[in-house]
Amino acid sequence: MKKIFLYTLISLFSLSLTAQEEMLKGIEDSIPAREKVTGAFKSTRVINAHSIEMLAKHNLDFRIMHRFGFVSDGVKQFFGLDAASFRMSFDYGITDNLTVGIGRSTFRKELDLFLKSRLIEQSRGQRSVPVSVVIAAGTMVFTEQSFAPVKPGFSDRTAYYFQLLVGRKFGNRFSFQLSPIVVHSNMPVNVTEDKTIFAAGGGGRFKFSKRAAFTFDYHHPFGKLDAIYTSPLSVGIDIETGGHVFQLQFSNATGMNERAYVTETTGKFFRGDIRFGFNLSRMFKVGKPR
Amino acid sequence: MKFVIACMLLLSNFFKAPAQQKLFTKTGTVVFFSKAPVENIKAKNNKLLSVWDVATGQIEFSVLMKGFEFEKALMQEHFNENYVESDKYPKATFKGIVETPKNLFSGVDGNYSVVVNGTLTLHGITKPVMIPAKVQVNNKIISASAAFIILLTDYNIKIPAIVADNISNHIQITVVVPSYQPLSPH
Repeated sequence: MKKIFLYTLISLFSLSLTAQEEMLKGIEDSIPAREKVTGAFKSTRVINAHSIEMLAKHNLDFRIMHRFGFVSDGVKQFFGLDAASFRMSFDYGITDNLTVGIGRSTFRKELDLFLKSRLIEQSRGQRSVPVSVVIAAGTMVFTEQSFAPVKPGFSDRTAYYFQLLVGRKFGNRFSFQLSPIVVHSNMPVNVTEDKTIFAAGGGGRFKFSKRAAFTFDYHHPFGKLDAIYTSPLSVGIDIETGGHVFQLQFSNATGMNERAYVTETTGKFFRGDIRFGFNLSRMFKVGKPR
Repeated sequence: MKFVIACMLLLSNFFKAPAQQKLFTKTGTVVFFSKAPVENIKAKNNKLLSVWDVATGQIEFSVLMKGFEFEKALMQEHFNENYVESDKYPKATFKGIVETPKNLFSGVDGNYSVVVNGTLTLHGITKPVMIPAKVQVNNKIISASAAFIILLTDYNIKIPAIVADNISNHIQITVVVPSYQPLSPH
């Protein structure tokens, strides 16, 4: 008898307790909990390659990218800092899932245009999606003067690329993406080279503080390229300060558009043929407030 | 013996009964505002959840941090990534007691000033707060609003010196519930 009384009292007490705890629970549960996974990378480029990050609608990203000479050139070239390759670009978010960009590089005086679209966005909760899928397509034309006996026409100077990005943010700190790419040059730099080059690639970042992260990206080209060309590998640090992202890196690539870094990277990274470089990204809000 | 059990069952039903006097909303609004020399920052979340047990005066609020919308996408990203750490602390909650005037639910239209005492949990830190609020009864529709100020330092939200002129430590918070609905028992 006493036992039953005690039991009922306890269950009553616990009942009222759970009722208090769960006052909001029923309502919270009635709302579909699907949440986008944001901030896989700090910037729309890992280092050289596009990242799975998109610009938000009406955001303009002004980027200045520099690659200096090889550190292995030594003190006579001030460890490469005497030589600089430069790319400037404007990227604009038409919608949250569509970005368009235009860039100009000093390397081969090349102008490039690209369109980047997010097809699938990583999310968690109900009907979660494990990865983000982004495609990028672009074209570039070099305007450098040619000394070839037969002058290349506009179409000879043009190249195209198509890139697929599949990436995932694992937890809070680590993100990884695969970034296979096809580059087609109408007239490769050397006539013996394949016009169409496929490259497998990937990139990642590890956030070590709220505003800083280690990054890397790598591509391995398949197909016939001149023997001097190597696989572009870059490792760097992202530092974020308010509206700016600074990306400092060591890379063996000179060029900063897709054709240039996939098919025209020289220097062996692990033999000291490394260039210091930085990307500077400044975000502007253009257009009406949301 | 059986009688006692029956009594207990009855009693337990009796304890459950006040559940019918609960009010709730899913469409409350929270706005926060930071006034600083370089820029003002404003964000809005209109998916504030609240349940108010009129019988006991208990009131609860909950809001998802990722639901705050900023004018600039970058501010929103920094808010979630660097300041409130939304992945680690996805929600802000308030639990408290409304000191309800007796005639509030007598069905008479009017404006009532009430005081809500409770605790605010934000960025994993819980602090006691006392919030003066206004409750309006108009044609059986109950609405409520409140405004108060919190200090970011109280909730261990750190502002780096480099952006000290961009973000104020005093954050003004405005809560509006356009209408509370009766919560039907399950």
